[in-house]
Amino acid sequence: MGFKILQKVQLGPDSFLMKVHAPYVAQNAKPGQFIVLIPHEKGERIPLTISKADRITGEVQIIFQVVGKSTKYLSLLNEGDEISDFVGPLGRPTEIENFGTVACLGGGFGTAVLYPLVRALRDAGNYIIVINGARSANLLILEDELKSLSDEYYVTTDDGTKGMKGFVTDYLRKLLEEGKKIDRVFAVGPVPMMRAVANLTKEWKIKTIVSLNPIMVDGTGMCGACRVSVGGETKFACVDGPEFDAHLVDFDLLMKRLEMYKDLEKYSYELLLKELEEGGCRKEG
Amino acid sequence: MSERRINLNRIPMPKRDPKERIRSFDEVALGYKEEDALKEAARCLQCARPTCVEGCPVHIKIPQFIKKITERDYIGAVKVIKEDNPLPAVCGRVCPQEEQCELKCVLNKKGAPVAIGRLERFVADYEAQLGISEKPEIGTPKGKKVAVIGSGPAGLVCASELAKMGYDVTIYESLHEAGGVLVYGIPQFRLPKEIVKREVEYIKSLGVKLVTNFYVGRTRTIEELMNEDGFEAVFIGTGAGLPKFMGIPGENLLGIYSANEFLTRINLMRAYKFPEYDTPIKVGKTVAVIGGGNVAMDAARSALRVGAEKVYILYRRTRDEMPARLEEIENAEEEGIQFMFLVTPTKYEGDEKGWVKTVTLQKMELGEPDESGRRRPIPVEGSEFSFPVDTVVVAIGQAPTPIIAKTTPELQVHPKYGTLVANLKTGATTKPGVFAGGDVVTGAATVILAAGAGKAAAKYIDYYLSNKNKPGIWDELFNAQ
Repeated sequence: MGFKILQKVQLGPDSFLMKVHAPYVAQNAKPGQFIVLIPHEKGERIPLTISKADRITGEVQIIFQVVGKSTKYLSLLNEGDEISDFVGPLGRPTEIENFGTVACLGGGFGTAVLYPLVRALRDAGNYIIVINGARSANLLILEDELKSLSDEYYVTTDDGTKGMKGFVTDYLRKLLEEGKKIDRVFAVGPVPMMRAVANLTKEWKIKTIVSLNPIMVDGTGMCGACRVSVGGETKFACVDGPEFDAHLVDFDLLMKRLEMYKDLEKYSYELLLKELEEGGCRKEG
Repeated sequence: MSERRINLNRIPMPKRDPKERIRSFDEVALGYKEEDALKEAARCLQCARPTCVEGCPVHIKIPQFIKKITERDYIGAVKVIKEDNPLPAVCGRVCPQEEQCELKCVLNKKGAPVAIGRLERFVADYEAQLGISEKPEIGTPKGKKVAVIGSGPAGLVCASELAKMGYDVTIYESLHEAGGVLVYGIPQFRLPKEIVKREVEYIKSLGVKLVTNFYVGRTRTIEELMNEDGFEAVFIGTGAGLPKFMGIPGENLLGIYSANEFLTRINLMRAYKFPEYDTPIKVGKTVAVIGGGNVAMDAARSALRVGAEKVYILYRRTRDEMPARLEEIENAEEEGIQFMFLVTPTKYEGDEKGWVKTVTLQKMELGEPDESGRRRPIPVEGSEFSFPVDTVVVAIGQAPTPIIAKTTPELQVHPKYGTLVANLKTGATTKPGVFAGGDVVTGAATVILAAGAGKAAAKYIDYYLSNKNKPGIWDELFNAQ
């Protein structure tokens, strides 16, 4: 018995949105939590943030970017196909309250992880500032959704093709220097981006939460592959996180640990691409 | 005179040659052939008061099944075993029989005991080869639902016992495959996954429903199962899945794995078949496995098979104190695993990319016996030395995963060990209707002890559900002696 894909939408050059029928996951899912799925019979377990869940229809929405074999394979599945394994909700939910004014920074694909948090923070009555950043305009995702949820919405691109030229941190610094009072910051994106945000907000003494994406295997607290160092203590991102106080996270360690299988991941991805080129989509697994 | 007729030498079990086997994940022990089994079975004295049965945590009627073997009624033998244990092919392979049934065998006083485990395996494999599956009688449906959390040995046995009594049983498993430690922990070369699968299928054939990808505590809480989904009792058999680390400097360097991660990648995710399977594993030339239990042996032997050149087991006491089964230690030795005794790691250092490069080891000496009865290792001041490694597997034990206790407020947990507080005889926890057994209660132990706890709990779940309205029933179960 698998989990049916109800809808698939392409959001950008390599990002996709899928709605999957998973009633139990939908029932208890809270913002900040994730699922683990296996794209095919011989596949690996990959964690993906739950971007929306509907208790009544049992739909769970995930957004993913094609970065390797597993996500490529997932992107080849279509509406009506089934995902054999899909478990969740996993991880601790975000601590949501009315903090006052909240700045939510999304870097590249991190915006997909940020999106459910923005919605929950909005529902809790916060004044929402969103800074959505990407390398280039065509890589920006969820613009309409975030715009409609925020009180102030800004865009930055590295190449200046849309919004302010620069990084999300540049915009945040600008707002702070202009005297904007910000009570809490949420930042999700590539490790260098989250580290830059942490450094900036530390200076300004604003509590900042980041959502970390270390390598996971089971995602249920059993293996420790996802261990991160937070305030000098080892934590498992899958059960103690994935969100942590940005000012306590050892980003260097996170970055190094993310590199551990890069060569093998690349090799595996290239094998699949070659196979696809030769015309054989090994969907049977 | 009768003594002379007894052959005190056990019939040896054929094994693959070490040189050949370290290149493959094929099963090492090959099992008895029919003539071996017949010879070995003939050694059983058929004691009128069999002490071996007392030594078995699930009380298999050992003399009866062995007698069936001598009569060449192998299917009859499996049938006898399955009355008490639904996992004969698993237990015949991984039980520490030498500490249990075989230790209690009367022949043990004069020499080698009957090789009960090998005989159990023989008949289970015989049945599998014929492609049949003997089923016991199932009681009339009771119309009562019981949830079993975790599909490891405790859960599987508890579920099968309850199903036989006529309960409507659902097993919830958080991973994508059933079997718990039997599939993520114990390697293919010691317990082929096909065997686990077959025994899980057998339990399903008794009417047990199995739901994988369902993480109780997150997907649904115990309260929801009981208050909304109609389960009248719950058995928690979630094992000891939380890996322990030593908390020493450098332990998060690349190339340092918990044994759980290392074994899960290789066993459950089949990383040894990468890139056919997508989950990778990285093992360098020199691997150090920290610890002296069965898990350490499994990790070391797996490391060899995924390409390590040298594998060391680093243990803080000596060979005599190692908690691993002697058979597993010998297998590891045969395969060329090097043992370093009386050392403990104190820190790791890495290269510029963050990969582990050296481990600093401190020498130990043995002092007075500790609470486990083994001599306590004491660090020798100033004895540190550095040892080059490029992969480390930390196999110093596992604690119960805390998620269920955290999400079920009424469940009490042992403050030091993280184990669930439960009556060891009945399995009754601090929350009425909820039972627990296996590693989640005792801390990491063996497959068969977990199976025994699951079986005992099934009996008391039945008692509870049959006497639910009796005043003080839960106190009676929780305080049972």
